[in-house]
Amino acid sequence: MATPATVHSHAPQGFIRKYIFSLDHKVIGIQYFFLALTAVFVGMFLSLLMRIHMIWPTASLPLVGEIKPETYLSLLTMHGTIMVFFVLTTAPQGGFGNYVLPIQIGAPDMAFPVLNMLSFWTTFVGFVVIIAAFFVSGGAPLHGWTGYPPLSALQSAGPGEGLGADLWITSIAIFCIASLMGALNFITTTLDLRAKGMTLMRLPLTVWSWFITAILGLLAFGVLLSAGILLLLDRNMGTSFYVPLVVVNGQVMLHKGGSPLLWQHLFWFFGHPEVYIAILPGMGVASQILSTFSRKPIFGYKAMVYAMLSIGFFGFMVWGHHMFMSGMSPYSAFAFSILTMCIGVPSAIKTFNWLGTMYKARIRFHTPMLYAIGFVSLFVSGGLSGPFLAQPVLDIQLHDTYFVVGHFHLIMGVAAIFGIFAATYYWFPKMFGRMMNETWGRIHFFITLAGTYAIFMPMHYLGMAGQTRRYSQFTEVAYQAKLIPLQTFITVAAIITISAQFIFVINLFWSMFKGPKASDNPWEATTLEWTTTTPPPHDNFGGVTPVVYHGPYEYGVPGAPKDYVMQNDPATYAGASSH
Amino acid sequence: MATYTPTTPIDHIGGHKPPVPPASGGDDGRGNGGGIPDYGARLRRARLGLFCAIVTVCMVFISLTSAYIVRQGLPTFDDTSNTYVHDWGEVHLPWLLLMINTAVLLLSSVTMEFARRDSARQAALAPVRSIPGVSLGSERSFPWLGISVLLGFAFLAGQWLAWGELHNRGFYMNTNPSSSFAFLLTITHAVHLTGGLIALLWAAGSSLLKRPVEARRIVVDVTAWYWHFMAVLWVYIFALLALAK
Repeated sequence: MATPATVHSHAPQGFIRKYIFSLDHKVIGIQYFFLALTAVFVGMFLSLLMRIHMIWPTASLPLVGEIKPETYLSLLTMHGTIMVFFVLTTAPQGGFGNYVLPIQIGAPDMAFPVLNMLSFWTTFVGFVVIIAAFFVSGGAPLHGWTGYPPLSALQSAGPGEGLGADLWITSIAIFCIASLMGALNFITTTLDLRAKGMTLMRLPLTVWSWFITAILGLLAFGVLLSAGILLLLDRNMGTSFYVPLVVVNGQVMLHKGGSPLLWQHLFWFFGHPEVYIAILPGMGVASQILSTFSRKPIFGYKAMVYAMLSIGFFGFMVWGHHMFMSGMSPYSAFAFSILTMCIGVPSAIKTFNWLGTMYKARIRFHTPMLYAIGFVSLFVSGGLSGPFLAQPVLDIQLHDTYFVVGHFHLIMGVAAIFGIFAATYYWFPKMFGRMMNETWGRIHFFITLAGTYAIFMPMHYLGMAGQTRRYSQFTEVAYQAKLIPLQTFITVAAIITISAQFIFVINLFWSMFKGPKASDNPWEATTLEWTTTTPPPHDNFGGVTPVVYHGPYEYGVPGAPKDYVMQNDPATYAGASSH
Repeated sequence: MATYTPTTPIDHIGGHKPPVPPASGGDDGRGNGGGIPDYGARLRRARLGLFCAIVTVCMVFISLTSAYIVRQGLPTFDDTSNTYVHDWGEVHLPWLLLMINTAVLLLSSVTMEFARRDSARQAALAPVRSIPGVSLGSERSFPWLGISVLLGFAFLAGQWLAWGELHNRGFYMNTNPSSSFAFLLTITHAVHLTGGLIALLWAAGSSLLKRPVEARRIVVDVTAWYWHFMAVLWVYIFALLALAK
């Protein structure tokens, strides 16, 4: 039984209870953040190896030596898995959600602090297990992050499909359990620990996004867990849930009658909501920052909330659009296609509301704002290729080409990463009590934005030209070899962009110790985390329970002494909304 | 330009509608200060957390059920006859044993409910007991919790016997798809039930550790609801195995 938040109001003493097995949501949030930071560098290193191999297939690379086709498949599998689970799911929700959500709703901690700690350490174990897959006999699995059987279900299917694949699926199962514990905590905290006056329609949009993400996680990760258990049984107990009659290297396997499509349905029932689990927190952060640095209320607050809710709702109904090429009935494909395009409506509402927020605003172009604008840009450019892929007819051509790689990296990968960057630059002062360097932040932003487009936009052309994804080498295929110059350009852009990330890391650690001291509210924002000290005390508000009087985006309020009204400001202003 | 009214703290306004009607807000009644636990709020929070956990377990079993139905209806290619055949064979489950197990689990759900109500009553009376000089008499409460734990272990032992009996009848995890699912569903349920048993043992242990009776009541309460859910879930699994053979 977890100790509820109100009981442990005294700060823990001793290094281990304070920094390692801490129950404080702020420490746990920072732990998640650094776990994701470690993971993103592992994932990025793997992508660098892939990019170099692609233009220089015979080269021997450091740590991995010569990259054989199966090594390449291992690299892409581990890159995808680590990035999706341990970066895009971990940093926005586990990291920033954990740190900021309780403070933004005026709570002293999460609802179940012990569960919160367990959830982090379970995630950590999951990460250790997946990294272990590199070092076991046979190496890392090669079935892609989607783990389609029969390849993923047969021990003899390839070099990494033995112990490596077992560790891979075990790690994902562990991650599922950790995420479920986290989701449970987020939902209970949001519903039950809000401060007096913090009505649902006064919640910052970040809190809404973490809350909806938690609901998606609660519904989706259980399904992935079941699917993973079935896969483990097929691999180790001789069952045939997913494996049909199959011959490997001339040898008939003992499995019979299973359906590979069953895995695809279960996996994508999780997999599509997972896309929104990655991107929704970014949407919340972008809304928060765009409003703050435009010095204007967010355009259409309620529309933003309902748009996020409907994106979450539709997110569960469109998993079939990943399976248009699996031989599904055209009628099903039609239904999935229409439902997928429906998601365009709330997405467009959000985009126009972000633009409406910035329209005619006196924008303060600080680094968090640049990243929030970058997020909107990537959301639009990555999102627009979505309706193309949602057409079954077009998907026949584009499926498994670089068009898909470009699409999902822009919308799910880098847009979410831009959300993480925006959140880092925005909340860093609150988390570490110092400001990050603004100049290096801007340089980092412009290189990363330009680099991102240089990497992923050409992939759309490669895809339309028919270049297939997951191929380790194009030199032997005549029509694909012609596209290698464009791949070379992408690799050069990737090397520059990856190098630029060291600017971020150096800025992060340098500022943590040497940056100028931050005031309590350096961005002149309105939400509750900026009402407390920097960094916040153990119970967030120093024994005071905040009372909320205003909505979260009261900027430019007529009659107010400043151009913003804090949420806990008890005064009433003629122009302030009190919904 | 509009004219703006001056700012005025709400405390000093007579008859002016304040900007805050927090009645429907997120106040959870923990404004007691001083770190005194508010057991009512904690109970509600724990129940909400349990509800989320139950949603998750439901999703696990919904996905297993969909896999069950899909796999059952799926024709498979038979390499000997070169045709598509259905390989879903019937599992000869030990029905009598499973009926007894079901009865044991349902009975434990009833005793668990008595334990829950008993612990709620104890928690409600705790403040009265703490008044010096007040005695409520030397009532002996029936050990409902202990009986529930015993019945829980009896159910698990019964399931163990059922799996052994299945092995005796030649059905293993990989014998055919139906036996795979029979084992999978019952074992997954048993794992979840074991979690409930651990929580119950924790509750029993907490009374030995002299934790506050209110804290124990919360553990017993949420575990009881979880236990009821486990009973319903078992009935569902039993019905699935019996009716969708």
